[in-house]
Amino acid sequence: MKVAVLALQGAFIEHIHKLESLGVECLELRKKEDLDQQFNGLVLPGGESTVQGKLLKELDMFDILKEKIEHGLPVLATCAGLILLAKEIENQAENYFNSIDMVVKRNAYGRQLGSFRTIEEMKHIGQVPMTFIRAPYIDQVGDDVEVLATVDQKIIAVKSKNQLALAFHPELDDDLRIHQYFIDMIEKRNVHK
Amino acid sequence: MTNKRYDLNKQLAQMLKGGVIMDVTTPEQARIAEEAGACAVMALERIPADIRAAGGVARMSDPKMIQGIQEAVSIPVMAKCRIGHFVEAQILQALEIDYIDESEVLSPADNVYHVNKNEFDVPFVCGAKDLGEALRRINEGASMIRTKGEPGTGDIVQAVRHMRMMNKQIAEISALRKDELYEAAKKLQVPYELVEYVHDHKKLPVVNFAAGGVATPADAALMMQLGAEGVFVGSGIFKSGNPKKRAEAIVKAVTNYQDAKMIAELSKDLGEAMVGINEQEIEILMAERGK
Repeated sequence: MKVAVLALQGAFIEHIHKLESLGVECLELRKKEDLDQQFNGLVLPGGESTVQGKLLKELDMFDILKEKIEHGLPVLATCAGLILLAKEIENQAENYFNSIDMVVKRNAYGRQLGSFRTIEEMKHIGQVPMTFIRAPYIDQVGDDVEVLATVDQKIIAVKSKNQLALAFHPELDDDLRIHQYFIDMIEKRNVHK
Repeated sequence: MTNKRYDLNKQLAQMLKGGVIMDVTTPEQARIAEEAGACAVMALERIPADIRAAGGVARMSDPKMIQGIQEAVSIPVMAKCRIGHFVEAQILQALEIDYIDESEVLSPADNVYHVNKNEFDVPFVCGAKDLGEALRRINEGASMIRTKGEPGTGDIVQAVRHMRMMNKQIAEISALRKDELYEAAKKLQVPYELVEYVHDHKKLPVVNFAAGGVATPADAALMMQLGAEGVFVGSGIFKSGNPKKRAEAIVKAVTNYQDAKMIAELSKDLGEAMVGINEQEIEILMAERGK
């Protein structure tokens, strides 16, 4: 199994360390040619969504990845990554992959002083540590989107088809269960194919 | 600042990695920077090259100007306070700034003491020329480090020197026996625990960016290849002929810092780079401020 990690900007190395510790081979995506390789899953890491979204388009990676996601490539998206998947972004005309029927609010907890860490229940997994850094939350979801976790009544984790989208950063905590869950998602898909 | 808050502050720096932080002096410039792909902006009244040219005392920027920039963009906004000026830092915290740069670019307010950054909830980034300076700032509560370089010169030589020095000292610490770390801590004038962290992890305990003198995509990629985790560009962008194009090129060069072919493309037709000042021509060495 090989997982591609979008490595344009942000905290991608943290995801790679987590996946490698679970025995998964990783591939960094920095330019179009990197997409020629085969991979079974995609990680969209935290960072600045405006930077990542712009570079995806200008480096001609966007259309290829969008097609792969639409064809069911399993995706783990955290923070900025979640924003890239949303159908609608509040106070912003531009959206990106538009692959999950949800409306997200950027910097929903305010500036850095609003960043926080908590431990909450996540469906299919249990109590998990959740680190929110200038994080978004999800304002609305469509019917085919499964809500996995909420914090203070705000939706912060969802699953839609093969996409797992989180407003927090599992790559920053010493807990491998979410990455393991993502690997299980990839394996399940490969069996069905 | 609680440990939890300090962790969150270090983690915000992790999110900035692989990105470019740009100096801006107006909301308009901030928008250009954001559109060009900056991962954060540094709000200041005058960029270092102009501070150098104007002379006199350089202070924290007008809060109104900083707020104007906070309103103009959605990416993190940083601002500078003078070394040791803890009241300017308190003001920036009151403005809910995302990161304070306790910066040698401004005139120091204290020749001996830095701000006790552990007392603050907002994160601090500080400049360093070597490992000792970096670890002393971290001990005071900095959650991100940048090389000092020599701001406002467009000359990369000092940033390179500082990054190489940091790398060399980290390699030396990593190669020591554990019982030799006490002596190393004494020489570096830093706590043992921080030296032990460097020894065990072969890196600083916080994110380390390059700053001071970056003017071209090649400069930015040079610093990345030397081990920087991201780049600050101060005067290099808005003192150049075509700020937007140059900013976009530097952003891409930081992402694909090992791809010489792409950087060659990016470096074409960027217009005039900022006029550089050579090391020997400088009257004020900002990097000598705050050790």
